[in-house]
Amino acid sequence: MSQTFAEKILAKKAGLDYTVPGQIVEIKPDVILSHDNTAPIYGLFQRMGGEKVFDPDMHAIIIDHATPAPSTKHAENHRIIREFVKEQGIKEFYDVGRGICHQILVESGLALPGEVVLGSDSHTPHAGVMGAFAAGIGRTEMASIWAIGELWLRVPESLKITVTGELGEGVTSKDLALTIIGDLKSDAAIYMSVEWHGEAIQALPLSQRATLTNLMAEMGAKNSFIPPDKKVFRFLKDRARRDYEAVYPDDDAKYIREVKYDGGSIEPVVACPHSVDNVKPLSEIRGTHIDQAFLGTCTNGRLDDLAAAAAVLEGKKIADGRRMIIIPASEAIYLAALQAGYLETFLKAGAVIESPGCGPCMGNHMGVPAVGEVSISTANRNFRGRMGTKESEVYLASPAVVAASAVAGVIESPANL
Amino acid sequence: MAEIQGKVWKYGDNVNTDVIFPGKYTYTVSEPAEMPKYALEDLDPEFAGAVQAGDVIVGGTNWGCGSSREQAVVCLSEAKLGAIIARSFARIYYRNCLNNALPAIVCPEAVDAIENGENVTIDLENGIITCQAGKFSFPPLPEAVMEIFNAGGLIPYTKKRLSESN
Ligand code: SF4
Repeated sequence: MSQTFAEKILAKKAGLDYTVPGQIVEIKPDVILSHDNTAPIYGLFQRMGGEKVFDPDMHAIIIDHATPAPSTKHAENHRIIREFVKEQGIKEFYDVGRGICHQILVESGLALPGEVVLGSDSHTPHAGVMGAFAAGIGRTEMASIWAIGELWLRVPESLKITVTGELGEGVTSKDLALTIIGDLKSDAAIYMSVEWHGEAIQALPLSQRATLTNLMAEMGAKNSFIPPDKKVFRFLKDRARRDYEAVYPDDDAKYIREVKYDGGSIEPVVACPHSVDNVKPLSEIRGTHIDQAFLGTCTNGRLDDLAAAAAVLEGKKIADGRRMIIIPASEAIYLAALQAGYLETFLKAGAVIESPGCGPCMGNHMGVPAVGEVSISTANRNFRGRMGTKESEVYLASPAVVAASAVAGVIESPANL
Repeated sequence: MAEIQGKVWKYGDNVNTDVIFPGKYTYTVSEPAEMPKYALEDLDPEFAGAVQAGDVIVGGTNWGCGSSREQAVVCLSEAKLGAIIARSFARIYYRNCLNNALPAIVCPEAVDAIENGENVTIDLENGIITCQAGKFSFPPLPEAVMEIFNAGGLIPYTKKRLSESN
């Protein structure tokens, strides 16, 4: 029986020959991810009568959402997590400043092709860039996996996105993903597995592919998958923590919906307040006032994102009365940006560079907007209040556009600087 | 689990968690038993006062979209709602339902046929909804999920499994 990626991998993990959408299976995940919410999950785990976790080697725990601690309360939360990790013998623990959880999972070779990753974070589908089945779950469910090692999953319907040709000059995977979310709308992939196919996807570097799987959470997807190829295998060569076996969909698998895009037709776009599917061509909203530009997050805080911004900022200054905040997505990226000279470019331009973590992405700290202010950001969400106050606006764009806007003081294309 | 039987409260598409359980209460109302008082406050002010154990909500597409707040399920499970039948559910809402032992049933044909205020019967084990317009079937819930239901939710279920393995 021909199967999609999701149907096949869930069948394999459940020990079945095949599965069909809607079917419920019980799965033991290969990797489980929790972040600053590890402490509240620990509370739920204890309420269930849990003492020792089922398997400490399944865990990957990353403190990233509010790091370094912005308040005593946050610091207490971090302390509980450190104690928990020690007491349970969890080895894959990343303390403050190491990076954002989704970036760490990929970079550290923890998310592998043909494996199942479950995370108590809505952007867990990110890890599908490695060919894993990666989905977000709730805290209670996570606590239950800690206790008994498995969880029920509903086999999702699959949506196939094929992108032919190649993206044009100055067009990034961020523009591609936002264009698709704008066209199909934010409820288009609810509970679905989104598969990416076509030569335009294969041509993308891994970091740009990760922006695609990451952003599918904004279409409601359960998981998102890019068929692993040589680029993935090469990347994993000295990183993969275990042997793995990739899983691919069958050519004649049945999809609930198939959409096709020509990569060459995509143009730079911006997601406007207050929803990710409110997408407009950059050319239409150039000139919109901004107060703050933010480059970072699990969506676009990788080395080539910083490189794109550095190319724009080289020899230029952030506009008067504006500020730019830059947060590399991990320590490794931070170091590489230092060695490549990007950090010097950023500092000379007048930007603020902060230690790896989520920062102001969800309004925690390190550069939240004031009431009435407008931000342009490389993040994945712009819901009302996302960056802290309901009385502010957030535009989402690619790194080069965010950098160009910081220089212009209004939303601007790098081509027009 | 016995048959579910009750009166239908029918609503439309894209009912979000904000109108099921208003955000302003998420930090002020923390006792599960208190939550039914505010259920559907911004959608149907009559609901909270009149809902009876076993009643059934019938919704359109994407029931429970919006935030992942679990209170939007707990305010209904605590009210002893019998089930929610919808054309489709928001993903996290669906999971929260099953984990709180509130049957969430996807059955577009039944949604079309069922009228507001009528009485319906649901046989979970065999996957059959009976209403005035006739019988409709849905994929029965697998044993693993029935066990969670029978235990009263994921927390008691996990507790039970842990104590059995010790
Ligand atoms: S960077 Fe933003 S979207 Fe990514 S994990 Fe952190 S808070 Fe979530």
